[in-house]
Amino acid sequence: MHTRRDMLSQSAKVATMLAAAGFLPSLAQAQSDGYNKAAFDAKTINDAVKAMGAQAPSESKDVTITGPDIAENGAVVPVGASTTVPGVKRLLLLVEKNPSALTAVFDVTDAIEANVSTRVKMGQSSDVYAVALTNDGKALFAKKEIKVTLGGCGG
Amino acid sequence: MADPMRIRAQASGDKATVRVLMSHEMETGQRKDSAGKVIPAWFIQEVTAQHNGKPVMTAQWGPAVAKNPYLQFIVKGAKVGDKITLSWVDNKGDKRSDEATVA
Amino acid sequence: MKPLVIAVALSACAIVATAQNAAQKSTADGIAEYRRMLEEGNPAELFEAKGEALWSKKRGPKNASLEQCDLGKGAGTVAGTFVELPRWFADTNQVQDLESRLLSCMENLQGISAAEVAKTPFGRGEQANMEALVAYISAASRGMKFNLPQDHPEEKKMLELGKRAFFYRAGPYDFACASCHAADGQRIRLQDLPDLTKNPGDGVGFAAWPAYRVSSGELWSMQRRLNDCFRQQRFPFPGYASEVTVSLGVYMGVNAKGAESIAPSIKR
Repeated sequence: MHTRRDMLSQSAKVATMLAAAGFLPSLAQAQSDGYNKAAFDAKTINDAVKAMGAQAPSESKDVTITGPDIAENGAVVPVGASTTVPGVKRLLLLVEKNPSALTAVFDVTDAIEANVSTRVKMGQSSDVYAVALTNDGKALFAKKEIKVTLGGCGG
Repeated sequence: MADPMRIRAQASGDKATVRVLMSHEMETGQRKDSAGKVIPAWFIQEVTAQHNGKPVMTAQWGPAVAKNPYLQFIVKGAKVGDKITLSWVDNKGDKRSDEATVA
Repeated sequence: MKPLVIAVALSACAIVATAQNAAQKSTADGIAEYRRMLEEGNPAELFEAKGEALWSKKRGPKNASLEQCDLGKGAGTVAGTFVELPRWFADTNQVQDLESRLLSCMENLQGISAAEVAKTPFGRGEQANMEALVAYISAASRGMKFNLPQDHPEEKKMLELGKRAFFYRAGPYDFACASCHAADGQRIRLQDLPDLTKNPGDGVGFAAWPAYRVSSGELWSMQRRLNDCFRQQRFPFPGYASEVTVSLGVYMGVNAKGAESIAPSIKR
């Protein structure tokens, strides 16, 4: 009988094999060596970016953060990060006042545009950051304040 | 296995905009149930996308991504009829993989 | 000296009031923009897909699907049925809304106990399946206009009953549905309260439910929405798919005649 542990160790072995053969995209990527727990546990923007191996971010007009000015419900806030900076390796989305600032990391390859959107949870009104990490270790950001209200009793 | 994703890939010129809806609780691990016990964190950690079998995007997510997550990205050089595959793995090791055709 | 101070104070108040008005207008615009941004990629689609699969899945003690269920336009027809519910059905000799009709079909075709489903908390077990089915069936009428039949005497009676229920004041706060929903321009915090005594417009009020509720990440059927209204009025909870809830559906649905359904929509 296969226990769950057996199966997990088996798939880990298979995964390692596939990674060695260059089949698993995430493990084959130069910088991505599994889940970056330190970055996702970091409390502040700067700590999260540092944990991703970059310098402290500087503001740039070439990075864009999109989102509403006000979110009716902080449980679902649509945000997007994009940049025209060449040599971008990653796009990060961070919410400054969340318990942990980093919400998502996107690896940018030549095959996709440096333009991603998702929806994040915001615990309170806060600045939301889009950070672009470049191949030469620079970090550039744009930020936007998003106000969060608690919805009322209505529909 | 988890509920299927909804994937829509729409071609426009020489790119395709891919829009994905995933079915997942994305539990932060900060909430407590009515008995006062912490509801354990349960969230998608990794998302990967492939275009005609070639990896084009990977993402790492934390629990602050919203429940039933939405994701949008743009694949260069995608044409009508091409295959887009999305896969995710969560912190419990559950996974899901779904495919769509660029329309 | 004093009149000048008062005058300055009054004009300061006026300025603050104007600024607040301007701020309020842009808040309403801001909320509208937020809602627009969420329209694309409504998680209700996940429930629609699940409901579509459930419709044709053989389930229950009788191991049958729901494909022979008559939602008002003949056995198995789904498209267009949502905008004609609630309506009277010959086989049950009752006016039924979508949830009530699904309970009948689940019991008669599949052998799943309607009473058990009605007792199950929202979002759990068979109730979660109900949400998915409601999402699927309402989606099949998206864009169509409400046109509830009022030919049968039972349908007319339920309209009257619904109207009385709508205006019936009770509970510790002496609320009725009408307390919130019988006038234009009312609002609770940031949510507009549509006037449900008439057609409040395409995709508004009755025409906006069921909906994906962002705050709970769940699909809310009209039955669930009514249940929560009763809770907010501090009324006792209504029975699931009970006569009073169906009658309220008739009243709102008949009033909404001609309004375009956008269900399942997305709500805060």
